[in-house]
Amino acid sequence: MTYDKRKIESVREGYGKALALYGKLNDKVVVLDADVSNSTLTKYFAEEFPERFFNVGIAEAGMIDTAVGLALEGFIPFANAFASLICYRALEQIRTCVSYCNTNVKIAAGYSGISDYKDGPTHHSIFDLAIMRSMPDMTVLVPADSVEAGMMVKAAAELNGPVYLRLSRADMPVIFDYRHKVKIGRGVTLVEGEDLTICCMGTLLGNCLDAAEKLRSSGIYAGVIEISTLKPFDSKIIVDTAIRTGAMVTVEEHNIIGGLYSAVSECLINNNISIPVGPVGIKDHYACTSLNIDDLYEYMGLSVEDIINISKKVIRKKRK
Amino acid sequence: MVLYSEEQIFNLEEISRKLRIRSLEMIYKRGAGHPGGSLSAADIIASLYFYKMKIDPGNPFMENRDRFILSKGHASAVLYAALAMKGYFPEDDLDNWGQLSCHLQGHPDRNKTPGVDMNTGTLGHGINIAAGMLLGGRLKKINFKVYVLLGDGECQGGIIWEGAMTAAKYKLGNLVAILDYNRVQLDGFVKDIMPLEPIVEKWKSFNFEVFQIDGHNIRQILEALDGADNIHGKPVMIIAKTVKGKGVSFMENNCYWHGTAPNKDQLETAKKELLERNKK
Repeated sequence: MTYDKRKIESVREGYGKALALYGKLNDKVVVLDADVSNSTLTKYFAEEFPERFFNVGIAEAGMIDTAVGLALEGFIPFANAFASLICYRALEQIRTCVSYCNTNVKIAAGYSGISDYKDGPTHHSIFDLAIMRSMPDMTVLVPADSVEAGMMVKAAAELNGPVYLRLSRADMPVIFDYRHKVKIGRGVTLVEGEDLTICCMGTLLGNCLDAAEKLRSSGIYAGVIEISTLKPFDSKIIVDTAIRTGAMVTVEEHNIIGGLYSAVSECLINNNISIPVGPVGIKDHYACTSLNIDDLYEYMGLSVEDIINISKKVIRKKRK
Repeated sequence: MVLYSEEQIFNLEEISRKLRIRSLEMIYKRGAGHPGGSLSAADIIASLYFYKMKIDPGNPFMENRDRFILSKGHASAVLYAALAMKGYFPEDDLDNWGQLSCHLQGHPDRNKTPGVDMNTGTLGHGINIAAGMLLGGRLKKINFKVYVLLGDGECQGGIIWEGAMTAAKYKLGNLVAILDYNRVQLDGFVKDIMPLEPIVEKWKSFNFEVFQIDGHNIRQILEALDGADNIHGKPVMIIAKTVKGKGVSFMENNCYWHGTAPNKDQLETAKKELLERNKK
């Protein structure tokens, strides 16, 4: 699989535009925002459908409950704020009124991971997925690019139940095109591999494809799969590729505790598969502020070189 | 001014008395629950369920029904007693409260218990959820009211005020919040733990229409609930002065009875007092 490396798009733009477009098709969709509609880009929806848009101010916890009330009346609310606030500050509301009560609320968590590189650690969410993944009845979606982010609006809206949609602030390579189909709970194989599988969740997918390409030039055939639904988890694609390649690297813009690395490891243990697995992710420490996203990815060990290094390490382990 | 007959008032007082007795029996049987806040809320619950609310126990999700959120979800006993008395489920279920096979949870659960409009138990959710329901009702062009019963300790948490601002911003005149102002919380008196005064001014300044009543005077409760119908374009807050543990002398104004179940003797004494107390 190749992609046009010059084609970079804003993930939030993909989401915001798709939300406004989908709003035309489905009048049950309502949107709430906590004074960040110019950042989450729900402003496009607000401009189109002012009567279905509710800006509740900087009050994420209250916003979730208000979204719950709308869901109870049969609407499909998308509640938007930064992941660092909607997940952490409104956690009890999400637990009690969305997850436990099983209400049809879509939590759109913008600026996730370390993608808000300018604002730094207070605006990063490096363990939101660990929390959301462990919540009963929560579907957890993590798009890789602007195209997938847009497609997930429809997928989330048409799934009956709570959804956590993790959105990046960053401008990232466009991997998919309009022919791509988002199937909740299903991973995607982008590159077939022989020596190892690089399993990616989120917007580091371009880095993974680049790493696989470079590994190939040194004789290592790395497969690349994408997990865009962290929950429910596609065990089949993990088991199949683990058995075929015998080694795995997980890549995520998240703490290596509780996210993709954990989910893959749990899956392998549950299926009695013993292979080397190497994590590329945040090593249980906070990030810092940066002037651009690429420097921060490199600083945090999420670069193409990091993926190559960990890949070589698991291959060495596999050959022992 | 609506006039209420003596008989109407008397009947509601009788219902309140039964709700109090049933709540205590349930809490005794389960060995757990919140007597103080159930007793303080009984007259309000009786007035809502047996006078005011447009509801149909045979059709709990009727779209144009009035909604009720027990934001102070700890007082579930008195709500369950009212729902059973109203016919949402058999009264015998109340005796199984808390058992693994019983739909009645420690705190209200809309997915398990017919007639419960929203899960509560952790505090502070009521007004925000009501605001969402009413925004939804407005979009659907369906007219209903949402009644929210708040505890006073609950108002110490900031999220209550987030909801208050949302309700006021969107001019949700069909929101009727009632504060069960019994002035006692788990650890002691509200005024010592974290004072709420001046509470009337607080709600007024958040752009609510504020009524002040005696929360154990049925006539005043009915007047306030009916009076709220005449308020348009702004949410209503009925500040109901109540007594925690109302009707049982040894429970009144005592934080010990916030979350303690009575023993057999205490239950019998309490029931005797409640039965003797025909008129307030």
